[in-house]
Amino acid sequence: MTKTPTRFDMPLTTDVAWCPGCGNYMLQSAVKMALHELAVDRKNLVMVSGIGQAAKAPQYLNAHMFNGLHGRALPAALGIKLSNRNLVVVVESGDGDMYGEGGNHFIHAIRRNMDITVIVHNNMVYGLTKGQASPTSQRGMTTPVQVEGVMLEPFNPLAVALALNAPFIARAYAGDVEETKKLIMQAISFRGFSLVDVFQPCVVFNKVNTYQWFKENTVYLPESHDATDRAAAFGLATATGKLPLGVFFRSEGRELYEDLIGVGKTPLYKQKPPDEKAFQNLIDTYR
Amino acid sequence: MHHYLHDISMVFAGEAGQGLQTVTETLLRILHKSGYCVFSCTEYMSRIRGGCNTTEIRITDKKRGAYLERIDMLFALSPLAVEHLKSRIRSGTLLFAEKTQFAERWDEHYIDTPFRKFAVETGSPVYSNTVAAGIVSGIIGLPIERFTDYLGEQFAAKGEDTVSKNRIAAKLGYDFGRRTAADKAILLPSPAASGSSGRLLMDGNTALGIGAIASGCNFISSYPMSPGTGLLTFLAAKSKTFGIVVDQAEDEIAAINAGIGASYGGARAVVSTSGGGFDLMQEGVSLAGMLETPIVIHIGQRPGPATGLPTRTEQGDLNLALHAGHGDFARAILAPGTLEELIESMQHAFRLANRFQIPVFVLTDQFLLDAITTIERKYIKRLPFESSIIKTKAGYQRFAFTDDGLSPRGVPGYGDGLVRVDSDEHDESGLITESFEMRQSMVEKRLKRKKALSDAALMPTIIGSLSEASTVVIAWGSNRGVLEEALALIGNKKLAGLHFAQPYPLNPEIKPLLEKRKLVVMENNATGQFADLLSLHTGRTISHRIVKATGQPFSVEEVAEAIKALIE
Ligand SMILES: Cc1ncc(C[n+]2csc(CCOP(=O)(O)OP(=O)(O)O)c2C)c(N)n1
Ligand code: SF4
Repeated sequence: MTKTPTRFDMPLTTDVAWCPGCGNYMLQSAVKMALHELAVDRKNLVMVSGIGQAAKAPQYLNAHMFNGLHGRALPAALGIKLSNRNLVVVVESGDGDMYGEGGNHFIHAIRRNMDITVIVHNNMVYGLTKGQASPTSQRGMTTPVQVEGVMLEPFNPLAVALALNAPFIARAYAGDVEETKKLIMQAISFRGFSLVDVFQPCVVFNKVNTYQWFKENTVYLPESHDATDRAAAFGLATATGKLPLGVFFRSEGRELYEDLIGVGKTPLYKQKPPDEKAFQNLIDTYR
Repeated sequence: MHHYLHDISMVFAGEAGQGLQTVTETLLRILHKSGYCVFSCTEYMSRIRGGCNTTEIRITDKKRGAYLERIDMLFALSPLAVEHLKSRIRSGTLLFAEKTQFAERWDEHYIDTPFRKFAVETGSPVYSNTVAAGIVSGIIGLPIERFTDYLGEQFAAKGEDTVSKNRIAAKLGYDFGRRTAADKAILLPSPAASGSSGRLLMDGNTALGIGAIASGCNFISSYPMSPGTGLLTFLAAKSKTFGIVVDQAEDEIAAINAGIGASYGGARAVVSTSGGGFDLMQEGVSLAGMLETPIVIHIGQRPGPATGLPTRTEQGDLNLALHAGHGDFARAILAPGTLEELIESMQHAFRLANRFQIPVFVLTDQFLLDAITTIERKYIKRLPFESSIIKTKAGYQRFAFTDDGLSPRGVPGYGDGLVRVDSDEHDESGLITESFEMRQSMVEKRLKRKKALSDAALMPTIIGSLSEASTVVIAWGSNRGVLEEALALIGNKKLAGLHFAQPYPLNPEIKPLLEKRKLVVMENNATGQFADLLSLHTGRTISHRIVKATGQPFSVEEVAEAIKALIE
């Protein structure tokens, strides 16, 4: 719950659909504060999401919003960015949305490397559909569907992103709003695809990964971690034991998809159809 | 003596990889430059090498848009070709083939034609295509200069040696062709006096792409699937010149969601696919309906269900386009039948999508997209540009209620307003709502535009004279050419035709056209999908359906026979 007002706050009357005590609130304040402190121009900021409890985040933030379909936040974000590269595009969604239904898009968005920021509310469970396992649920967690406990190995977003050479990869814990804000600020300022996977406690459906659990099982990366060392980052992302938080990997200068495919500075809405001469030249080639 | 004064039908048949495409392309170019009207269509197997593919070229004195069952000259580049086409070979068919290739399958009626022999004499089998094109040019009596000039242009970049070798090959073939024509007394038409000035030659894919460019399309995101890929390829080739953003998506789901995202950002976006790919895009159609965001969807139809016959043709996706997406919202479906209509339909699709803020479909098929025809330049229409985008003010509401249900469309970054859209039911500002009243109003808002959309629907093209007709034969999409020619062939005043380039929604004004007449619908699918739609929307009974779903298009004779059987 935001203490300091930001220019991204919605009216107080906004009806927020999140449960009391949910980690989404803290992550939301971190996002708003990060945007505020970066002085992002609201008129150029588009918040994009898929479907789920987390995906409602853009509803509660005062900016342009594209709340699309389940799993499809990234393709929509791609289209938006390519239609107008002056826009700041921030995708905010849940782990089911991003890594489950949207898994294929996650892979290919990283391969493209557009200049967008992806913030994942990783609560290791499906919230909106009432507590089924998500791709990041830990083995053994029982749910109404996984009655004998989750049997599958959890999806490791950081390792996958590293394998695909995403240029900015960080993990945060929503319970620490200040640090989360800082990581998000770095991600948004980063030029290229940036991923911030955020541990977000779901107080209703995830009784395993609670606030207490995250506190006990996470640790900030040591100062000595060299974020340009991809192999080291990979080791940290796959190590057992306490889960590290912070910037795992950061590599400047990877080419942007926008540049590779030649998207100009002029937004597409300003483009007019070809003039008569250009059109006649085109059809002349079929004489 | 063989007279082919108004209409020759030539078929080239061979294995994939034998260069049929090159031979027919060369011939089409030269024929076109010589002033002939040509129509060409291809059928090919889903493989890269071998099998049997055919290309038909018709040289006619009128513009035609269909193929004939009848083959006047068959150029068989492999023995398999004769087997494949045996039902279409008749006593008058001249069959050109190379004896050495046919071995024991040789028939003394064939004309031994040295396609490969001359190539080898020239220096390499690679010249076979040039020899073949030379032979055909000789037989049909095209001026040799036309051919050698063409080779000069075509191979200029490859150097003098390539040009001269090709010219030698061409000449060998050409002289053989002239001798054969003289021996067999083949009489051919003289080219149109007008020459080719003012006339263009192109395939359906090109026309569709030209239409997209004409309408200012500047975004395409698609995943390859035949025959929808052609539009993606075409726009990619022109992307630099016309500032088109091209994205090859990871799948069709991504393609349409990216298209809608781009459209939200203000792009004029199109996606292209075939039925199987469109199956995956349906969620995007729903989304466009909910977000009231324009999107043009091209479906190049091929036989289904599932992967079907990948390289064949069908008109089986009308129901799919009609019913894709859940819930109730407005849409439009266009189905061009000629090159002119392809160019116009694409522009019309963008206008409708923008004006009504809806998904608009353009349905084509393999037959139409791959067919090559001449088109009069003067009939290429450019529709005036329309944009629905406004500069927003503070307090802007993307889904504001208005009399016609259409809210002024803002885009992010243009004006002071915020543009908020949501796939959940939302209020005027785009925020999620579960209010029953708001839901009701939004449903009504989304449907209100249907009336204006129907009123703006294209009227069908009337073929022949309706006033005397007691039977009306109805077609849509790619069957325009075949219906026109079949009706002309029958030449019965009691018959007329209607061609729908917009199968949905139907203009209320069509009712009088259908009254007091027996209605026959012909379409390239198994059940008569358009017949059902027409019947449902007009309350009229369709007395007969001429349907075909073998994976091949209708031939002129086939349709003429079917219609004649009905009126006798
Ligand atoms: C195509 C489709 N399938 C399923 C759903 C139902 N659904 C809504 S949200 C959701 C899961 C969301 O999980 P997550 O992304 O982890 O978000 P959370 O609710 O936990 O924040 C599902 C399966 C849907 N809306 N659309
Ligand atoms: S269900 Fe869980 S994640 Fe969703 S709002 Fe409630 S506590 Fe938060």
